[in-house]
Amino acid sequence: MWALTLLVALLVPFMALALLERARPLFDIAPPGRLLLASEWRPLKQEFGFLPFIAGTLWVTLIAMLLATPLSLLCAIYLAEYAPRRLRELVKPPIDLLAGIPSVVYGLWGVLTIVPFIREVVAPWAREALGFLPLMRSDNPTGYSVLAGGIVLGVMVFPVIISTAEEVIRAVPNGLREAALALGATRWQMVKGVVLRRALSGVIAAVVLGFSRAFGETMAVMMVVGNVPQLPRSIFDAGYPLSALIANNYGEMMSIPLYDSALMAAALILLIVVVVFTALARIALIQAIRRAA
Amino acid sequence: MEDTALQIRGLNVAYGDQQVLRDITVDIPARQITAIIGPSGCGKTTLLRSLCRMAELVEGVRVWGQVIFDGKDIYAPQTEVTEVRKRIGLLAQRPFPLPMSIYDNVAYGPRLYGIRQRAVLDEIVERQLRAAGLWDEVKDRLHAPASALSIGQQQRLCLARGLAVEPEVLLCDEVTSALDPLSAQRIESRLLELKANYTIVMVTHVLRQARRMADYVLFLYLGELVEYGPAGEVFNNPRQARTRAYLAGEFY
Ligand SMILES: Nc1ncnc2c1ncn2[C@@H]1O[C@H](COP(=O)(O)OP(=O)(O)O)[C@@H](O)[C@H]1O
Ligand SMILES: [Mg+2]
Repeated sequence: MWALTLLVALLVPFMALALLERARPLFDIAPPGRLLLASEWRPLKQEFGFLPFIAGTLWVTLIAMLLATPLSLLCAIYLAEYAPRRLRELVKPPIDLLAGIPSVVYGLWGVLTIVPFIREVVAPWAREALGFLPLMRSDNPTGYSVLAGGIVLGVMVFPVIISTAEEVIRAVPNGLREAALALGATRWQMVKGVVLRRALSGVIAAVVLGFSRAFGETMAVMMVVGNVPQLPRSIFDAGYPLSALIANNYGEMMSIPLYDSALMAAALILLIVVVVFTALARIALIQAIRRAA
Repeated sequence: MEDTALQIRGLNVAYGDQQVLRDITVDIPARQITAIIGPSGCGKTTLLRSLCRMAELVEGVRVWGQVIFDGKDIYAPQTEVTEVRKRIGLLAQRPFPLPMSIYDNVAYGPRLYGIRQRAVLDEIVERQLRAAGLWDEVKDRLHAPASALSIGQQQRLCLARGLAVEPEVLLCDEVTSALDPLSAQRIESRLLELKANYTIVMVTHVLRQARRMADYVLFLYLGELVEYGPAGEVFNNPRQARTRAYLAGEFY
């Protein structure tokens, strides 16, 4: 058991080292800092700027989190504090099930419903009504956009945040709730001022956990974002997230010099960000639950 | 008898199918200490919590009967629950400081009722911490987290917090049972002082504590009120055989 745990724990550093080793040739032509901030991606000219992909990832992740965070926190609060036990027991299993659906299914759903919906309804409407706003300009007629990616990803992140946040909130001891109610607090005053305050660090960790899932998610996003290596200027623009770059190209264009090094570097960036976020969230979660109970 | 603070009339409580209080009818006198005694599991906590509409927080519980406070039934449909809980305070067996500073714990209730001015809050916090006998120990660290206090101090903080909403009745559920003897004694002497202004109903399973503190004693057994009267009479001349047996230590 012990040795196995150690092995699993060492897996991530080994992976990071292996990726670093294979990405190194790329770092010989340009320092990592410059690569991260360069926006030209022309493998044939040996130009490997990662900024469009980082921007694509950030756009999609941010849209997903903006949509998913408030909704899923409200759901978690409702389930933990207001819903009768019966309802909670009825709703929790399907929510946990949602978290287990393969992402290609979400992607397919995105292609079949979200992309056409953006193309036919949201984008035309935004062109009329919101065109003057900087992030709302819509001249991409396809519907394949960072917005589509963000929506699909948001739906995927939803169950992760709900079930973690709900657990954290429910770990707050009842005596604390009763202390507030006994002073004449209404239920909402009690939830807002006492329960959420106590659960705050855990709720934040739940969001970060959702975030780290969103950040690295590949399949579903790749199917709906359009995959154009550009810096998106509007939510209706196509984007190209890091994970999609790797998945789309690995094994395809390997004859181009340094191309595989560039993909390894992309993977390394992704790995580092996801590991750091997940680790922080897990540590915060463990502490939050321990502190609450 | 003195004026009555609470008239309990035919009060019943059931958790699911299990009825734990049967037809309790009794008058609780104002500005006196009434002790509820009885073996564990007889329904003392349930009775106490049903006097401030806290019993109903348990899922599947049913409460019926009347508790008349200030001329009105607290279970009447038009009664504001929050109002009842403000005027009838409950101090729990274990202290639960709110996740905030010592100061904010005491100010929590007043803030709920819209008091915002710093000077007014400062005055309330100091006065209630003094009333709870905690002021001298915490006056230099009012903004430290309440969780850093010892458990005995936490219980006195909870007392101050409860007093800060200016209730008329204080319900105390074995409030000294989790405390060391010294802290317990501090709480006891505070309650004896507070009796001048508050109606106090306390649950205890320590008979000596009831003897030391109570003006009236209510003996509860298996959810029924067996005997009720002035402390001297109940302790020295119990009328019921079951009371005699309990006082003699034949069951706990
Ligand atoms: N939340 C609850 N759910 C179900 N039964 C309960 C609950 N609380 C108390 N009871 C039952 O009600 C009875 C009285 O409990 P309680 O009022 O806590 O007694 P006491 O305070 O005298 O020990 C016990 O039989 C107990 O098992
Ligand atoms: Mg009890």
